[in-house]
Amino acid sequence: MSPDLINEHSNEKLLDLLYWMMLTRGVDDRSEALFKQGRFPGSIFSQDGHEAISVGSSIVLEEGDAIAPMHRDLGSYLVRGMSPGRIFAQAMGRTGGPSRGRDVNTHGLGDLSLRIFGYVSHLPQSMGVALGAAYSFLYRGEDRVAMTYFGDGAASEGGCHEALNLAAVLDAPIIFILENNRYAFSTPLEKQCRIENLAIRAQGYGIPGVTIDGTDILAVLDATREAVERARSGAGPSLIECKNLRLKGHAIHDPADYVPAELMEYWKARDPIELFRERLEKNGVLDETTLSSLRSRVENEIEEGVRWAENSPWPEPGTLEEDVFA
Amino acid sequence: MPVLNYLESINQALHQEMERDESVFVLGEDVGEFGGAFKATAGLWERFGGRRVVDTPMCEWAFIGLANGAAMMGLKPVVEIQFADFISTGFDPIVQYTATTHYRWGAKIPLVIRAPWGGGSCAGPFHSQCKEAWFTHCPGLKVVIPSTPHDAKGLLIAAIRDPNPVIFFEPKHLYRREKSEVPETPYTVAIGEAAIRREGDDLSIITYGAMVTEALDAAETLSGEDASCEVIDLRTLVPLDKETILASVRKTSRALIVHEAVRTGGFGAEVAALIAEEAFAALDAPPARLTAPDTPVPHSPPLEKAFRPNAEKIAARARELLAY
Repeated sequence: MSPDLINEHSNEKLLDLLYWMMLTRGVDDRSEALFKQGRFPGSIFSQDGHEAISVGSSIVLEEGDAIAPMHRDLGSYLVRGMSPGRIFAQAMGRTGGPSRGRDVNTHGLGDLSLRIFGYVSHLPQSMGVALGAAYSFLYRGEDRVAMTYFGDGAASEGGCHEALNLAAVLDAPIIFILENNRYAFSTPLEKQCRIENLAIRAQGYGIPGVTIDGTDILAVLDATREAVERARSGAGPSLIECKNLRLKGHAIHDPADYVPAELMEYWKARDPIELFRERLEKNGVLDETTLSSLRSRVENEIEEGVRWAENSPWPEPGTLEEDVFA
Repeated sequence: MPVLNYLESINQALHQEMERDESVFVLGEDVGEFGGAFKATAGLWERFGGRRVVDTPMCEWAFIGLANGAAMMGLKPVVEIQFADFISTGFDPIVQYTATTHYRWGAKIPLVIRAPWGGGSCAGPFHSQCKEAWFTHCPGLKVVIPSTPHDAKGLLIAAIRDPNPVIFFEPKHLYRREKSEVPETPYTVAIGEAAIRREGDDLSIITYGAMVTEALDAAETLSGEDASCEVIDLRTLVPLDKETILASVRKTSRALIVHEAVRTGGFGAEVAALIAEEAFAALDAPPARLTAPDTPVPHSPPLEKAFRPNAEKIAARARELLAY
């Protein structure tokens, strides 16, 4: 926990952070319900346990910055302006989603007007893509940064090494957020590498790397802010490893029964939203009235989003072969 | 009109497009001060500096990924893959990200990937391959393979100006061998249009890349035997100029498809299928393919000569078809 950090933010800012995490959880919970009702074809990825990372990092960005999130970063999409309605429409396969029925769940949930890059399943490809955005800022002499995410799983891919090294060589204004949730689908961290903290790899690229508690949104925000300032000042990339646990399966079909019960219990007691809520209450920032108004605000947005998505038309089969080329 | 070789025309196109458009930049291994393994980028670094002529570490995956991101931000990256064979190390970002993105969520990726391609130099299994079929099988990529210095310049300029990703294979066998008149001023050659290099009535030889000159030599030989061959240079595999192929075959009634790539799953099979489906009634003989055999590319001169099609082999296969 980061006791000193709470004093650095206004009450309004702290409640804003709670709101974005609650909205993320709310959209995720509703997605699970809609999937079980058969209204989401395909599959969905749980966000539980990742909300502090996606919200706490993306909230630091400014207008014009670019972001390339992955499948555990629903909070980043929401914070950067992707509406719940468009997210639901994408999962339903409706034309209201950014891919207009072509891509599934959070894949391809991109919108250049928001400077959000859609990802492909082949993680960590977003590292290269975000690096390209960062290079475009250098190229044009713009005071902007790019941010991207990858997991402990993708950290074993060769491309991860290439991207970190190339970013370092170019002094690119980019922040790499490593979400170390201890599992690549069913493969535990011990079978993926011989180190506990992946951020020590940053030293091998000559860039700063820190390991922080990924359940503590203020710690995430603080580390990200430092990295963003560093990138914006021209000092190059940073790696931030946020440690947490995926509190559900890889995707909705996965019961995650390979996770030892005691490990799951340990991390469930560290649910990032519950931790932050308790902390705000303890510090007199949040009371029952404020919490219930936040809850209804979130609920209303979700209801409105679902309605909007369900009113969005299905794609016409006749459009199947359109847009392969620009 | 100035006469340039293939490499000089590529180099001139890069200079002129970078001069014209501030958003065009070049990146790849050894492309900067060194000027590239084949010197295709010579002089660019001196003229435009390291920001626009970017030397990268050996990391095709990452620098193609970077090019994807930069292209979506409105820049126009021209990536050099040192040898087309090495494109496999950057395969994933090309076929998964570059190819699919516009269809998936509408972002344009105006990216050109240039790669010295093909054999004929005894360079062995990893500096000679023709892997165009890997990319013609990926909807969303244009695939261009010019056979003359004139087309190399015009098609490269067209590729740089195209809003879509273009895989641009350069038959490196022709780099210093092939010369033609190349206008000094910038011009484009339309992507998706084949060229009829020689008109004829008895047989259509459909080919691309370094095999075009071999086919023309074969046609010349056959003209002495009273056989009139039409030679079609596809220039672009995707999008394919089906009309020119079909019109030619309907006129000649016979088709020989030639490529330097190996046979199975090669692009020739696609052209043969097109002809069989669309022009079957006009045919006097089955569509035939002359390709490299299904082996890796061998190094030793007698083996590589046996591996690669050439004018002599094309003429021999053409005679069989003409006698069918």
